[in-house]
Amino acid sequence: MNILVYLIPISLFLGGIGLIAFIYTVRSNQYDDPQGDSRRILSDDWDDRPKP
Amino acid sequence: MTAALRPPVSACPACSAAPAALAAADAQEAQAGEIVLSLPTIHCAACIARIESGLAEHEGVNAARVNLTLKRATIDAAPGITAGDMVAAVTALGYEAHELDASALGATATDRVGRDLLMRLAVAGFASMNVMLLSVAVWSGAADATRDMFHWISAAIALPAIAFAGQPFFRNAWSALRAGRLNMDVPITLAIVLAVGMSLWETALSGHHAYFDAALTLTFFLLGGRYLDHRTRAIARSAAEELTALEVPRAWLLEDGTEREVSVAQLRVGDLIVVRPGGRMPVDGEITGGVSELDRGLLTGETLPVFAGPEQAVSAGEMNLTGPLTIRATAVGRDTSLHRMADLVAVAESGRANYTSLADKAAKLYAPGVHILSALAFIGWYLATFDLRTALNIAAAVLIITCPCALGLAVPAVTTAASGRLFRRGMLIKHATALERLAEVDTVVFDKTGTLTTGTPVLMDMDRLGTHEAGIALALALGSAHPLSRAIVQGGQMAGIAPASVSEITEVPGYGTRGVWQGQAVRLGRASWMGATPLAVTATYLQVGEGAPIPLRFEDRLRDGASEAVAQLIARGFEVILISGDSAPVTEAMADRLGIGRWMAEALPADKADRIESLRAAGRHVLMVGDGLNDTGALAAAHVSISPASALDAARVASDMVLLGSDLGVLVEACSIAKSATKRIRENFRIATFYNLIAVPLAVAGLATPLIAALAMSTSSIIVSLNALRLRGGRT
Repeated sequence: MNILVYLIPISLFLGGIGLIAFIYTVRSNQYDDPQGDSRRILSDDWDDRPKP
Repeated sequence: MTAALRPPVSACPACSAAPAALAAADAQEAQAGEIVLSLPTIHCAACIARIESGLAEHEGVNAARVNLTLKRATIDAAPGITAGDMVAAVTALGYEAHELDASALGATATDRVGRDLLMRLAVAGFASMNVMLLSVAVWSGAADATRDMFHWISAAIALPAIAFAGQPFFRNAWSALRAGRLNMDVPITLAIVLAVGMSLWETALSGHHAYFDAALTLTFFLLGGRYLDHRTRAIARSAAEELTALEVPRAWLLEDGTEREVSVAQLRVGDLIVVRPGGRMPVDGEITGGVSELDRGLLTGETLPVFAGPEQAVSAGEMNLTGPLTIRATAVGRDTSLHRMADLVAVAESGRANYTSLADKAAKLYAPGVHILSALAFIGWYLATFDLRTALNIAAAVLIITCPCALGLAVPAVTTAASGRLFRRGMLIKHATALERLAEVDTVVFDKTGTLTTGTPVLMDMDRLGTHEAGIALALALGSAHPLSRAIVQGGQMAGIAPASVSEITEVPGYGTRGVWQGQAVRLGRASWMGATPLAVTATYLQVGEGAPIPLRFEDRLRDGASEAVAQLIARGFEVILISGDSAPVTEAMADRLGIGRWMAEALPADKADRIESLRAAGRHVLMVGDGLNDTGALAAAHVSISPASALDAARVASDMVLLGSDLGVLVEACSIAKSATKRIRENFRIATFYNLIAVPLAVAGLATPLIAALAMSTSSIIVSLNALRLRGGRT
């Protein structure tokens, strides 16, 4: 059962990464235009280099 | 519950919009040159790419970003670039574009409250998942030190998570308690705090039962309900703001002989303002120069244009038809007649504020009931066992089991489903309890001009004219932009009539158009201009030479789906009444055409509101459908009200729902959706009651383990949400 000492912090850490990633996406306005973003990925305008 | 769960929403949307507008005005100065356009026709990836690259090539544009969800483009442009240039650029690309007033959109740009709720929801979801998993170990038989360790880890996760995620409930409960009231958040807060406190105590004593998982799941479900509720509102508010933002309040100020475009807010009493044909009066004033005709339809409901000349008073909201007018402002901003009409709204609205929603009724019964029940359980167990720990444990279990999870989800889930469905059909629900009130309606009152009709006239008796006269009328009408002239042109072209060759066509603002045909003077215009007796209906007159003036009658065109909607409403047993500010013959003709039995003509704004009030006094639940400023009092007095998107801002503010499309057919559908939504809410309440009837005795008897609490709570919440979503499927 001693393995729990490692496993529980690890699982919490991994879950925490997910939570922080979600909070980051909310803060950086990534849910402002869900329809547009799903269509934009189809256009090949900025495939070679990122949009300046 | 929607109302009880939150601090009261500001009674008038305009009040809450005003500070936002001020803030946005400041922000706008900081980032001059930001232009927002509405693009109603974009729909695909190619549209986005074309508009963005098209605008980027335009000189002076720094950046352009299209938002497909909101169907808007935000353009960062050099100071010299106007919104007009941008609209022209987008139109040249083949898309429809309208300018939006960026200051009116301020509040939607960053939806901080929604984001805050979403963040708390995420934290609660994360924490409840982890604690639930740890609890599984406890439920499946972890004992002694292992159980204690799991409990302590759960506590370490639950305490900070609840302290952060539960804040909306704590704050609401505190403000309610300070005001000496009980709302739904008081039992929620009590349950969460008691459960966490109890569990900590139990853990410290290495007891068997800890309710950390239940407390977190509770927070998670309730935040979910609240977030749904918030989103429904935010979508409605954003759509309503967009309607307001489409009317950019600008005026042409005349200063030292030059015209300058200014915002209406900057106008002062005594300013000279130029109002072009087709423009609305921005302020109350007196005409100092120019002759024209005014359309007072939105203020009074009259379809007949009135003559306007120097020294005549005009009111804000009237439409200038033929000639340019210069007016001297006598009242601006809040003092205009447009705003005084809003006072009538405030008075009438106080009646509606007394409406208690189904959720509030449930909350009123529920909140004290829960407290009494758990207090009784505590006292009972304490007297029976004289064990404080057991008694507190039972009391906490009762509070958790009875906590309004299902209730907190029942209403938001149904209203979200119903308003989403109506929004796709072109109906915007602005008020939280509007759907419930719509379901109770038994009487429908329609305004005529602009509501049942589109407000555009159609020529009636083209075929009664001789070929010559028709040709002359058409030729004269081609020289004017007056709505009646445009109707003649449309009617003539449809009948295949060629315009006669009339020379020297000149428009006489306020009177009509004149010209010369085969050496004879010909005139088309007002009755008084050529000495004819005016008819009671909307008409213009044609005079050839010195002959008798020939009247050309017009009729208001019915809105799409108007006759079907009225017929269906009557067939479904609603009483339909027509109340108009227009003259009696016109109103009667309209009532006959639609088969409406009861009508009232020449109604002043106060008459309309009085009529609604008397219907209400007679026990009727009235739905008022109107668009004009003269309807605002009636819209606010009615049990529930709807106005079309073409209505004046004041009318839209006064009504509970806005019809976004031009088709009235959706009205009938809205009534049936509202009925089925209310039915669904009641059904959900019954499910929640049934669940409580089973679970509460278990809790009071002390049989509710954390496992049972977690199962019962989740099951009832999921059942209620699924039941709400059935509405979306289209079954009623």
